[in-house]
Amino acid sequence: MTTLLSTDHRPPSSAPQPSTPFTPAPPPILTHSPSASTLITQGAEARLYKTTYLLPHLPCALKYRPPKPWRHPILDARLTRQRILAEARILAKCRREGVRVPAVYAVDEGGGWLAMEWVPGAAVRAGLNAHLATGGERDESDAALVSVLRRVAAAVGGLHSVGVVHGDLTTSNMMLAPTPNHQGEEGAGLEGVIVIIDFGLASQSASDEDRAVDLYVLERAFASTHPRAEALFTRVLEAEYGGAFRGAPVVLRKLEEVRLRGRKRSMLG
Amino acid sequence: MAAEPPSTAPAACLETIQLEHVPPTYSVNVAVFRDVENAEFLQQQLLSRNTEFEYAFIDATSIISRLQLLSAVYKAITVHSGGNMKTPNIHSEIVWSLSPNNNISEAYRRYGITPTSQHIIVVKILLSPSSFSSPTPTNPQTPSPSTIQSHLLTHVRGRPCPFSDAVLSSFTDWPKVRKYYKLNGVGWLERMKDDEALRRRESEMLVLGSMALRGL
Ligand SMILES: Nc1ncnc2c1ncn2[C@@H]1O[C@H](COP(=O)(O)OP(=O)(O)OP(=O)(O)O)[C@@H](O)[C@H]1O
Ligand SMILES: [Mg+2]
Repeated sequence: MTTLLSTDHRPPSSAPQPSTPFTPAPPPILTHSPSASTLITQGAEARLYKTTYLLPHLPCALKYRPPKPWRHPILDARLTRQRILAEARILAKCRREGVRVPAVYAVDEGGGWLAMEWVPGAAVRAGLNAHLATGGERDESDAALVSVLRRVAAAVGGLHSVGVVHGDLTTSNMMLAPTPNHQGEEGAGLEGVIVIIDFGLASQSASDEDRAVDLYVLERAFASTHPRAEALFTRVLEAEYGGAFRGAPVVLRKLEEVRLRGRKRSMLG
Repeated sequence: MAAEPPSTAPAACLETIQLEHVPPTYSVNVAVFRDVENAEFLQQQLLSRNTEFEYAFIDATSIISRLQLLSAVYKAITVHSGGNMKTPNIHSEIVWSLSPNNNISEAYRRYGITPTSQHIIVVKILLSPSSFSSPTPTNPQTPSPSTIQSHLLTHVRGRPCPFSDAVLSSFTDWPKVRKYYKLNGVGWLERMKDDEALRRRESEMLVLGSMALRGL
């Protein structure tokens, strides 16, 4: 436990190795925990643990940014600090403004970690994959699907309306949190409240361009993960996001420009 | 000064809690007293730095839940173990940790005991001997939870009650809490009138966030 990080010195190129059974030593903050912590994901920059906050019955998500041995230590410490702080501030701001995101429990920017509310449920991606596993192209006749896509668009609209852009909108970075009314299993795969997570690349911005790029990123990610619902998503997004806040129609017009730029770039590339 | 011990059985007065992710050398002890008659005396012991009264005395009306209080305790322990305390000791650090801003004396006034406090929460952090690297030269023989309990029962003239959310929420002064944590401008929270439990929980989450991001 105390030989922390000594086995963790890997260059960035080989960092994502999800298939190897190698588990890094937990961060110092987790060494005294009587209840178990589970490593959920390990990206190049951050690790996400499921653990507990204060008491054994309160689950929390702990985002830890370990030291990067390939970076200069002073620069590394400063970058880690800034990123932890930026993410915590944006989460707190969203929560205060009523946008559904995990609540912030504790921040240790020096230690490189952030503890937040554990969001139960599955990622939107998993729910959609299960729903779209069979059959072909989907349209407005699929009410459960339209409903979840609407909630996704509204959640993004809500986020943008408070002056935050996410920077990495995908259906993996949105959870379907069960509500007290929808705990049931049958056909409830797409039920739940959309909770946006992973604000590691988010920033405070009210620029139409930034918002449109956010939507474009989501649209592209959606098309590649859920091609059967791509066209439907575009229609629902345009209808639902447009009504989310005052400036939304302008963002949707900007989105068309961004799509055109994207298409040109892919033709050149 | 020498108050007669209350007739209540002393057994359930002090709750000892081992917090998650905290070194086992720290033990957290919490007691709650209602209808306290000698708050002025108790505050005076803190002001005069009476070493027999190394406690966090907290005004319970500024507290909404166990989680809020334990969050402050956790933060104080983290700061203490990192050697980064900005107030005289771990107990004053707990009081400051309840605040959403960096103003220490304001935090004492708002969350600490005052001469007119009626209901109070008492926190005592015990450091077991293996943590003698701690910067504060506290009393060499660490007291036990039972000596603390009898000390409190001797000197706090009030009725002990359990450290539970039900008890704490009966003391909460919501207008004050809303002011301290700037919850008044939060429209969606104010519109949640019909679901008191949900509103309380959402308020708690905002309070925890404000405490976690104090001065950041
Ligand atoms: N608050 C949370 N509650 C439940 N699960 C979470 C929470 N936060 C993250 N997760 C899970 O952990 C995964 C990784 O988290 P996250 O996306 O924040 O980290 P990351 O992508 O590694 O970070 P970054 O993009 O900042 O480098 C998520 O896809 C999700 O499955
Ligand atoms: Mg992610």
